[in-house]
Amino acid sequence: MTAPAAHHYTSTGLDSRKIAIWAFIGSECMLFVSLISTYLIYKGRSLVGPFPHDVYTNPAGETFNPILNIPVTSASTFVLLMSSLAMVLALAAVQNKDLPKHTRGERVLGSSKLWLWMTALLGTTFLGFQAYEFTSFVHEGLSIRTNLFGSSFFTLTGFHGAHVTAGVIWLVTLLAIDYRRGLGPNDALNVDIAALYWHFVDVVWIVIFTVVYLLK
Amino acid sequence: MAENPHSDPSATEPKADEHIAQHHHPDWKTYVKVGAVLTAITIWEVWAYYIPSVVASRIFVPMLLTLSAVKFATVVMFYMHLKYDHRLFRVLFTGPLLIAALTLISLLFLFGQLVARFGR
Amino acid sequence: MATTAVPTRGTHHTATAPSYQSGVWSWLATVDHKRIGILYLYTALTFFIIGGLEAVLIRAQLQGPNRELLSAEMYNQLFTMHGTTMIFLAIMPLSAAFFNFLIPLQIGARDVAFPRLNAFSYWVYLFGGIFITLPIFFQLAPNAGWFGYAPLTTREYSPGINIDFWVIGLQILGVSSLAAAFNFITTIINLRAPGMTLMRMPMFTWMSFVVQVLIVLAFPVITIALVFLLFDRFFGTNFYTIAQGADPLLWQHLFWIFGHPEVYILILPAFGLVSEVLPASSRKPLFGYPVMVYSGILIGALGFGVWAHHMFAVGMGAIADSVFAVSTLLIGIPTGVKIFNWIGTMAQGSIRFTSAALFAIGLVALFTIGGISGVMHASPPADLQQTDTYFVVAHFHYVLFGGSIMGIFAGIYHYFPKITGRLMDEPLGKIHFWLNFIAMNLTFFPMHFAGMLGMPRRIYTYDSGQGWDTFNLISSIGAYMLVVSTAIFVYNFFRSRKNGEVAGANPWDAGTLEWSIPSPPPEYNFATLPNVTSRYPLWEGNEKDMESARVNLQEGKTAEQLHIVLPYSTIKPLIVAGAMVIMFCGLITTKALIFVGAAVLVGSLYSWLLSPLEPEHH
Repeated sequence: MTAPAAHHYTSTGLDSRKIAIWAFIGSECMLFVSLISTYLIYKGRSLVGPFPHDVYTNPAGETFNPILNIPVTSASTFVLLMSSLAMVLALAAVQNKDLPKHTRGERVLGSSKLWLWMTALLGTTFLGFQAYEFTSFVHEGLSIRTNLFGSSFFTLTGFHGAHVTAGVIWLVTLLAIDYRRGLGPNDALNVDIAALYWHFVDVVWIVIFTVVYLLK
Repeated sequence: MAENPHSDPSATEPKADEHIAQHHHPDWKTYVKVGAVLTAITIWEVWAYYIPSVVASRIFVPMLLTLSAVKFATVVMFYMHLKYDHRLFRVLFTGPLLIAALTLISLLFLFGQLVARFGR
Repeated sequence: MATTAVPTRGTHHTATAPSYQSGVWSWLATVDHKRIGILYLYTALTFFIIGGLEAVLIRAQLQGPNRELLSAEMYNQLFTMHGTTMIFLAIMPLSAAFFNFLIPLQIGARDVAFPRLNAFSYWVYLFGGIFITLPIFFQLAPNAGWFGYAPLTTREYSPGINIDFWVIGLQILGVSSLAAAFNFITTIINLRAPGMTLMRMPMFTWMSFVVQVLIVLAFPVITIALVFLLFDRFFGTNFYTIAQGADPLLWQHLFWIFGHPEVYILILPAFGLVSEVLPASSRKPLFGYPVMVYSGILIGALGFGVWAHHMFAVGMGAIADSVFAVSTLLIGIPTGVKIFNWIGTMAQGSIRFTSAALFAIGLVALFTIGGISGVMHASPPADLQQTDTYFVVAHFHYVLFGGSIMGIFAGIYHYFPKITGRLMDEPLGKIHFWLNFIAMNLTFFPMHFAGMLGMPRRIYTYDSGQGWDTFNLISSIGAYMLVVSTAIFVYNFFRSRKNGEVAGANPWDAGTLEWSIPSPPPEYNFATLPNVTSRYPLWEGNEKDMESARVNLQEGKTAEQLHIVLPYSTIKPLIVAGAMVIMFCGLITTKALIFVGAAVLVGSLYSWLLSPLEPEHH
């Protein structure tokens, strides 16, 4: 978020921060693959329930329904996808800040504050869904200690949630800068790297949604 | 390996046109269309989950994995601009992604979650 | 080629650059890659000596049968910390010292891409190193081996605080390595001087680049494996709880997916250093440069496909064993290619047998021995006989001591004049080399035999009459000699730093960019960015190369006089690093510390990110 060192010579003509964020994203691929691999390795190996897709009756005769709530998670998946759309519009708004805007539609599209707010709110909504999901699971008898599914599920989705949280804090910081001095084309790179991070967190969720929630 | 494809010396020389080309991103209409496609695929996925005959069929798992991969690629290409940006970024992303994917597949084989059937 | 095209030798100069600030504060707040490199060098050498003394205690205990110098518990702590220290606190950071000092100089840059992040990496390493090392003085050190196999390391089997230090310490050190890796990847991609194409990059920078990619891809895996262990130990999750159905091989797989690339992270920088030393001492360009580049990349890529050869003994089945045996045999090919290319570099060269050259040749010889024993246990049936015996200990000490450490010593002798402006004493250097070479073989060669006779690793004592006594005695004598040779090195290092012969810009008549600037380099490195037209600009460069080299040899000018913008010094990276370590300490002390650490971390991080890197450019 510091002033770019654009006046220094670079061999590719690209900004160093954008190269670094892509290298970071490459690294994050391995991080999430380790988590997803472990989830899949332990899939179906839990000795006791609750299970993600199957009914479980314990020796005491208590019955646990399949624990995953597909309708709620589908909604939160949609919310996160839409936050990516808002993010990409926020970036475009910052990049095109200096272009003249005549119509009301152009002004709406050109408002970086609106789209940053939108992204942050949709991200927070996603986190709200996740908080609801976690607490309801605990009420239904699944905690991080219950079984292999609980350990790997909460750790995987919790890591993703932590990434979303960091992203929301990042977005709020950008918003604060926007309110203090306005974000213009010179800041586009700062918004761009935040956006790359945000979209990456979104694509990770795309994988998690399929692998954890939909595949039985 | 990540660095292999750009070991061509000319690839990383300063290229003014590519630098400018970065800013030629698609406009908002494309972004909204992409958003609509993503939504449609998500609906398709969830729909498949609720149709017992689809779940029971042999195409269920391959179909969901393909749909997920399409969504993944769409976001990466359009929202992360990898389709339009400098090819260095493509290398920095696809190299690690490839190693990550291979690691995942090998681990699933090693732990017996995936089984290769040779012959019949 | 003309080796004397630039009159670099004997130019008048002083041993300290004039524009540098001095004092403790200037070191705490430095963001200069050269100073950070020097900090890495001193810190890592200190840990190298600590790790070496741990090894000496181990050898003293094993000198003869049934000795009682150490308790079994203390022995466990010592071998665990010897491995952990040498890998994470000595060899990796010694390589990092060279990454820091050399990469910007070799590619013609004024600093790394993110100077403050670079300082952050160092401080995290220092604090993490202290965190993981201190417990040994209270007999509370980690005690489950450097690869900390779970479930042995879970709370159930290791209830003490010992493993907590290991889990948290490695997590902290991982942050340092990852931050540095992003920084160097960006630096090498983006800060090369005009004309410094990828295929003109010095081999050390190339190998460093491969290493950074390996770090970026391998460290996240150990991070996750450690997170699972941390959660198991602190929050009662079940990742490694066999009673809950957990798989005892999960940790092993995740660890070695990291652990095998880590082996190349340890050796490739030494390969890079040797690839600089040998051409300079043979006065010939590196033989087969493109093949060296491609084999380095191939080693890095294949390095992700061989991990399970560490696990043949667990019984993965014929298919998995075969696949990993084949990939392991394959990775021997690019490594062998490198050995032959170094020999090709020396062939028909007029070799100067400086201390640096001797150590480099030592690497070629000793690494080959370690490589051959490596190929031996690439074969699962052979490996089953060797697993967990001293044969394996002999193997990895030949590649890590005979390879990495010899290469790093070669680098230190070669680059000491660039770092300090003075040459290390050559006669002492040669005594160091020969003593080191003989002692190293005396220590580790007998281990092959002890291992073949069935002596297992990690036993704190043994009975007489198994044929192991003589071999162990010889090994211990060798270890004591290594102490003497290292002491000679340390004496030489500090004596030469003050009283060594003044080196001049290019004492070895080497050809790469780092030798085109004064020794020690001014804080801005290059007064004018060089224009590179060949792989060895000082040997075969054209008039353009020579012109920028002449400008860059001028001394005594400050950055202001040259209108060069340098980043501000700042203490903030140190504070952020300290806050992060305090936060981690909270896990084993009191939860309040986590919140205090987190608050300081967030505050100082914002303060860092919102303050400008350097003065406004006019």
